[in-house]
Amino acid sequence: MIHTDIVVVGGGPAGMRAAINAAESGAKVIVIDRDGHLGGQLVKQTHMFFGSQKQYASTRGIDIAKILIAELEKHKDKITVMTDSTVIGFYEDRVLTVEQAGKYIKIKPNAIVVATGASEKFNAFPNNDLPGIYGAGAVQTLMNVYGVAPGDSVFMSGAGNIGLIVSYQLMQAGIKVKGVICRGPEFGGYAVHASKLRRMGVPVMPSHKVVYAHGKDKLERITLIKMDENKKEIPGTEFDIEVDVLCIATGLTPLVELLWQAGCEMKYVSELSGHVPLRDENLMTSLEGIYVAGDVAGIEEASSAMVEGALAGLCAAESLGYKHPDFETLKEDYRSQLYNLRSGPEGDSIRKGLSKVQLKEVGL
Amino acid sequence: MRIEQHPIITFERGRKVQFTFDGKVYEGYEGEPIAAALHDAGVRVLGHSHRLGRPRGFYCAIGNCSSCLMVVDGKPNVRVCVEKLKEGMVVETQVGRGDIR
Repeated sequence: MIHTDIVVVGGGPAGMRAAINAAESGAKVIVIDRDGHLGGQLVKQTHMFFGSQKQYASTRGIDIAKILIAELEKHKDKITVMTDSTVIGFYEDRVLTVEQAGKYIKIKPNAIVVATGASEKFNAFPNNDLPGIYGAGAVQTLMNVYGVAPGDSVFMSGAGNIGLIVSYQLMQAGIKVKGVICRGPEFGGYAVHASKLRRMGVPVMPSHKVVYAHGKDKLERITLIKMDENKKEIPGTEFDIEVDVLCIATGLTPLVELLWQAGCEMKYVSELSGHVPLRDENLMTSLEGIYVAGDVAGIEEASSAMVEGALAGLCAAESLGYKHPDFETLKEDYRSQLYNLRSGPEGDSIRKGLSKVQLKEVGL
Repeated sequence: MRIEQHPIITFERGRKVQFTFDGKVYEGYEGEPIAAALHDAGVRVLGHSHRLGRPRGFYCAIGNCSSCLMVVDGKPNVRVCVEKLKEGMVVETQVGRGDIR
C-alpha cells in the first residue's frame, strides 16, 4: 500500500493544475493517467484558446499541455506521475486500486481530486455502429496526434465548438469536409469558427439531423432530414450525402464511475451533460476529502477546467493542513475567473446547471 | 493514409515496424496505437458486436467505448485504439467474447 497526501486522477488540464497547486501548497501528490503521457485532450487541440491571459488565451492547446507539463516538472520533489496507469477502483475506506503494466497497486491518499474528464456521446439512428462513424474527438486524436487521415470525405454532426473546430482542423489536414449540421435552428459554437468554415466553402447547416447510415461493413452514405423550429423532423425532406466518415460531435458526458463507486451524492443535470457530483464552493463533493475538477463535474471548456483544477488542488491541500501562503487571494482569484468564464449569455446554461448541484449556497 | 504536410503540427513518429493482422503483414510506427496503423492501411473494421457480429470500428480513441476490441498476441479484448504498436505484434479479429488461452 502506497500512502500519500493527495491523488489526482486524470492528467488533463484540470488534473495537472490541481497537482501543481497542491504541490505549491506543500502537499505530496500522485497524478495518475491511463494514457502514456500527460495532457489529456489538450494534446490534440491545435487551436488557440479563448478566455483571458490567465487561462492561456491565444495559446494553442498542444502548447498549453507543454506549459503545464513543464510546471509539473518544477515540483518533481512533490509530484509523482504515473502514466499508462488506470484507476480501476475507489473503495469506501478510500483505497484506490490502480493497474499499471499488469501490476495491481493500492494507494491510500488523504484526499483525492477526481479529474477524469468526459467521454463522447453516441447518437441513435439505424446503423450508427458502422465503421466510419467516429466521435469527433477520436478523429481529432487520429489526425492531430498520430497524423492519420480518418478517411476521404467527412460529414460533421454537431455544430458546437468541438464540431466546428474539428471540421476546420480536418480541412487544415487536407481532408474534405462535406458539411456540418446541428438539430436546432442555431449552431452552438462560436460564430467565429462557423464563419471560418463558411469562408472555406463548407456548408454549416442548422436544423438538420442524420436519420440513417448506409454501408455494408463501412460507411458509404448518410441520409439527412430537415428539422422545423421545434426540432421536429419535416417528412419528405430527406436527402443523401456520400461520405466515408461521419463525425459525431453532439456532446460529451462526464466520466463519473469512480464517484459513483465512492458513494458521492450524484444528480442528473442536463445543462452539465449527465450525472454529476454535488459539490461545495471548494469543489469538494458530499464526501469529505473527495474533490472534483473539470469535465467530470460538468461539461465546460478546458479554460474552466484548468481554473477548477487549480481551485480544487488548492483547497484539497488546505484541508490537509497545507495552506498556500496566498491561499485567500488565490482562492478569490480562481472564483472570480470562473465567474467571468461563465458570465454572459454563453454561460447561461452552465450557470443554471451549476445552481442545481451546490451543496451550499455560494452566490454564483 | 498518413497526413504528411500540416500547417501547425510536425508529427513525431517512432521507427517503422512490421506486424501482422489476420496473417497479413502490415507496417506502422512503433508506439502509435495499433488502430492508427490499421486505419492508415485502410482497415476500418476492428471489433464485432458479440451477439449479431456486426462490424465495429474505432469510436472514442481514448480506450473508453470498447468498440475496437481485438486479439493481440493471443490476448483477447485488447482496446487497439490505445494499445501501443510493437515490432512483430500479432493482431487478429476477435470472434465473440474472446477466450483466454
